[in-house]
Amino acid sequence: MDGPVVRLRHVAKTYHAGSIDVAAIKDVSLEIAPNRFTMVVGPSGSGKTTLLNLIGCIDAPTSGQVEIGGADTGTLSDNALSDFRARNIGFIFQSFNLVPVLSAFENVEYPLLMVGMAAAERRKRTLALLEAVGLATQARQRPNELSGGQKQRVAIARALVKGPQIVLADEPTANLDTETGAAIIDLMRSIQMESRTSFIFSTHDPQLMSHSDETFTIRDGGLVGHEIRSRA
Amino acid sequence: MSSLLKIAFRNILRNRRRSGMTGSAVAAGALAMLLFGGFAGAIFTQIETANVERIGHLTVFRAGYFLFGAGNPAGYGIDHYRDVMALIGNDPVLGPMINVITPTQSLVGIAGNFSGTNDAAKTFLGTGLVPSDRDRMREWNEYGTAAPYTPDHRLADNDETRGLVGGGLARILGLCAELKLTDCPAPPASTDEAEGPVSAEIADLAAREKGDTTQADGMPEIDLLAATAQGAPNIVRLSVSGAEPQGVKELDDNYVAMHLALAQQLVYGRGEHKVTGIVLQLHRSEDLRAARARLEGLIAAKKLPLEVRDFGEINPFYGQVVRLFGAIFLFIALVMGVIVLFAVVNTMTMNVMERTNEIGTIRALGLRRGVIRRQFVAEGLILGALGATVGIVLALAAAILINHAGLTWVPPGNANSVPLRVALWGRPVLILGTWFVLVLVATLAALFPANRAARLPVVDALRHV
Repeated sequence: MDGPVVRLRHVAKTYHAGSIDVAAIKDVSLEIAPNRFTMVVGPSGSGKTTLLNLIGCIDAPTSGQVEIGGADTGTLSDNALSDFRARNIGFIFQSFNLVPVLSAFENVEYPLLMVGMAAAERRKRTLALLEAVGLATQARQRPNELSGGQKQRVAIARALVKGPQIVLADEPTANLDTETGAAIIDLMRSIQMESRTSFIFSTHDPQLMSHSDETFTIRDGGLVGHEIRSRA
Repeated sequence: MSSLLKIAFRNILRNRRRSGMTGSAVAAGALAMLLFGGFAGAIFTQIETANVERIGHLTVFRAGYFLFGAGNPAGYGIDHYRDVMALIGNDPVLGPMINVITPTQSLVGIAGNFSGTNDAAKTFLGTGLVPSDRDRMREWNEYGTAAPYTPDHRLADNDETRGLVGGGLARILGLCAELKLTDCPAPPASTDEAEGPVSAEIADLAAREKGDTTQADGMPEIDLLAATAQGAPNIVRLSVSGAEPQGVKELDDNYVAMHLALAQQLVYGRGEHKVTGIVLQLHRSEDLRAARARLEGLIAAKKLPLEVRDFGEINPFYGQVVRLFGAIFLFIALVMGVIVLFAVVNTMTMNVMERTNEIGTIRALGLRRGVIRRQFVAEGLILGALGATVGIVLALAAAILINHAGLTWVPPGNANSVPLRVALWGRPVLILGTWFVLVLVATLAALFPANRAARLPVVDALRHV
């Protein structure tokens, strides 16, 4: 892809809390190039998660335009938006958010069921991703039988299995110890390099921030900084 | 679809105790509905059997008899009834359906016991019948719910003088001791020497007709007085060979069964002997509608002044019992349905609350609202299906236990106790209908929380802790 994978034009998001309007995002315009490790940083309550939600198409802007891979997501119906997310956007959550009644294999396979992929192809891709995150032998285990690091590996495999354009990760290392967090960051980095998928993080973790290709700093809902770092 | 059901099933097992309680509510609903439905079904067949044994499926009357003839049975006799019976019995369609075809004569009059020790008189409702046909009719047991019938030798084709009376009439006429009836007290000794005008008249008529009131074969005798078709008073003597208690007191106090020939002699005297009804007992109740249609067609084709009534019309009590038990069944079904509804709504609402974050996650991954809705509806359906299936198994087991426990009871309108039964085997409509209704209720109940789950904003759901 030549153009930006994410483009925000004058995006604003205001929440209504009773009679009070709270502006979570104020007139943000930005572009994120493909195949990058992009960080959205800022203090708590600055609007990082809201910005990720808007990019992930799970929240709608009050005004402005959100384009993912060149598609204006504001024109899509709820079902079309669901289908769009199913094909183009992967999510990694701070608390892993695995489906507890599904095994590691089934959790990774789940997004492929949503896009109607044939069983044989589903199985092949799921096993390949579990292999890539080092959990091939834990495929049959349920989330409650896995450690925190293993759960996040499953979540990474789940986010990547459908080959999305972007993967959004909200504080992916916040619930992991330093050593496991470092291992997860290395894993995501290597997969990103291999799959050429764009990763967009919201984080406070300096360890993770040190891997950034591009950083957007946000404060009080406004974009206050943008830094591009050349890869070593 | 299979993955949806698989996930739904696993979600049900996630909180086994809660799902177990909800499933138990559904199972209890199925159990209650099926046991009562089976009990009511057994009652229907028992009452139907009791009716069909006594009055057959269909009766042919002279037109107008059913509404007006009770006050003047002699005026509504069927002319040439043997020809009519032959016409019906020889019909190629009707004939094979008929088990018994027999004439009956209804009559009203006054019965008196003037044996000298206890003078008493009472109005009666009499039926003249053919004893051997009566025996054959009482063997009818299409549903297998009646006790095996032993031929009643108290009436005989070759003895026109014998008859039976209701238990109440036997008591009123002071026949308890002679008939050796239990639970039948003797009347208190009379302090009034004077005879009533009716008793005196009957006694006088009886004495002139028969000469005396001595007993034959050890059987007490009573005198029956009725008006003939010509309007003249007539009297016959009946040897009471036994009592036949009736389920309804009014009937029990008035009932007299006698040989058809004796009834005809009383009503028609020396005139042409007719009958008030031709009773048809069919082999199978399911032929009732077809048989009636054919019979009415025959009557219309021959332009006979006759009408046809079925046992439900002749004895409205049957229909009343069916409607009563039907209403109770509906009430129970409604209560059980409401319990199941609230149990499933409560469980599914708690499930949605507990899994809100999970709903947000899978919605973020790209699952459509409709799939979320179907997921929770499928859970309600599975809960309902499992509960209803368990309920059916329990009900069938309970029915076997009850049916083999040797319990008896006296159904409404019956004089004798019958086995207490729950008729579930061979009733697929009741079983499948109950299963389907409960599963439907559980599925619909899950729809409300499922809609709520489907409408959750993804971001709000993900924030839920």
